[in-house]
Amino acid sequence: MTLLRVRDLAVARGGMRVVENVSFTLDAGTALILRGPNGIGKTSLLRTLAGLQPSVGGMMEHAEDAVAYAAHADGLKPALTAAENLKFWSSIFGGGAVGPALAAMDLLSLADRPAASLSAGQKRRLGLARLLVTGRSIWMLDEPTVSLDAHSVALFAKVVRDHLVAGGAAIMATHIDLGLSEAETLDLEPFRAQPGQMSAPAGFNEAFA
Amino acid sequence: MLALLKRDLVLATRAGGGFGLGVAFFLILCALVPFGVGPQTEALRPIAPGILWVGALLACLLSLDRIFALDHEDGSLDLLATAPLPLEGGVAVKALAHWLTTSLPLIVAAPVFGLLLHLPGKAVPWLIISLLVGTPALSVLGAFGAAITVGLRRGGLLLSLLVLPLYIPTLIFGTEIVRRGMEGGDPITPMLFLAGISAAVVALVPFAAAAALRVNLR
Repeated sequence: MTLLRVRDLAVARGGMRVVENVSFTLDAGTALILRGPNGIGKTSLLRTLAGLQPSVGGMMEHAEDAVAYAAHADGLKPALTAAENLKFWSSIFGGGAVGPALAAMDLLSLADRPAASLSAGQKRRLGLARLLVTGRSIWMLDEPTVSLDAHSVALFAKVVRDHLVAGGAAIMATHIDLGLSEAETLDLEPFRAQPGQMSAPAGFNEAFA
Repeated sequence: MLALLKRDLVLATRAGGGFGLGVAFFLILCALVPFGVGPQTEALRPIAPGILWVGALLACLLSLDRIFALDHEDGSLDLLATAPLPLEGGVAVKALAHWLTTSLPLIVAAPVFGLLLHLPGKAVPWLIISLLVGTPALSVLGAFGAAITVGLRRGGLLLSLLVLPLYIPTLIFGTEIVRRGMEGGDPITPMLFLAGISAAVVALVPFAAAAALRVNLR
């Protein structure tokens, strides 16, 4: 089953086209890893796919409310405990139970600690545990392994693999090897936007949107 | 939606949430005015409605930039935008949370602070009613301003410049209600205007604020 279909997608950052003519499909149970140098537009592509910014060309289709997005910021409130943070996102997304999500990212012992007192890596793990409580099928992850140690990366890889086995899909931008042998890789370098090829300014919609 | 409201209320009342700051500011303002214009009843009474309303308005302004700025910083806003909850609903809920944590305490405290300004007793019910009717518009307009300035460094001052002019109609009619209540006039007419303004703002402005947020999230 195809969860995400993208055809000839063009993506802009700050009104400038960065990548264009990107086409791929994402089936249930598969993962796609985006690669490419800094500034190629991995984040912009993920934000576009997640619906946070409009595309400037091409088409994409996925089921409504299927996407869980996780970026550099974890969306945690320092004044709330780890469990409260997850509980909030769970009730917002109408998703799953908090306990198994905490357990999956090895956070049970930290459940009652305020997020302010967690280390950077622990916050990251909590941010990734949020994916589990959203109950969404397509995970869009932007550099998910930043500030994770080797053990946590392995833990996270297992979580992603379980998600794939359960019929989900994941698309992630990452520079390190997660050990997901089944994942396909998409190098964005060939899709770099060619200057002058398209005459229409990318930011045309900016004034009206 | 309830979860978002509950979270915002919890955040506001926990350490560093800024709950009570608005009331404290309001108290200081009301306490300063008699020092400035003199403590005589005849000097204070005519300006009491205006001072109380301007004070409420400024106190409301204090916490506006927190409505979206913190959520934007920690990425929650991105996640809320991808949540099943429509962004318009999120804006409305956050404005409601702002009203509950900032304006409601002001309304409760206003009669007491009115004493400091020699506000006569018969005007107090009108003060409470005018604030109850008018302050929801302040919170929603403030949420709109906060949505426009979200993501700007030091956006707080710009937010005040954007929002304060929008508060003028609410201020005019709110003060007029209290003044007429104090002087035994007919407060119903300005009350209807104020209610009309609040109803229109609460119904329409969340859509504008959500649109502004979507532009700012790109």
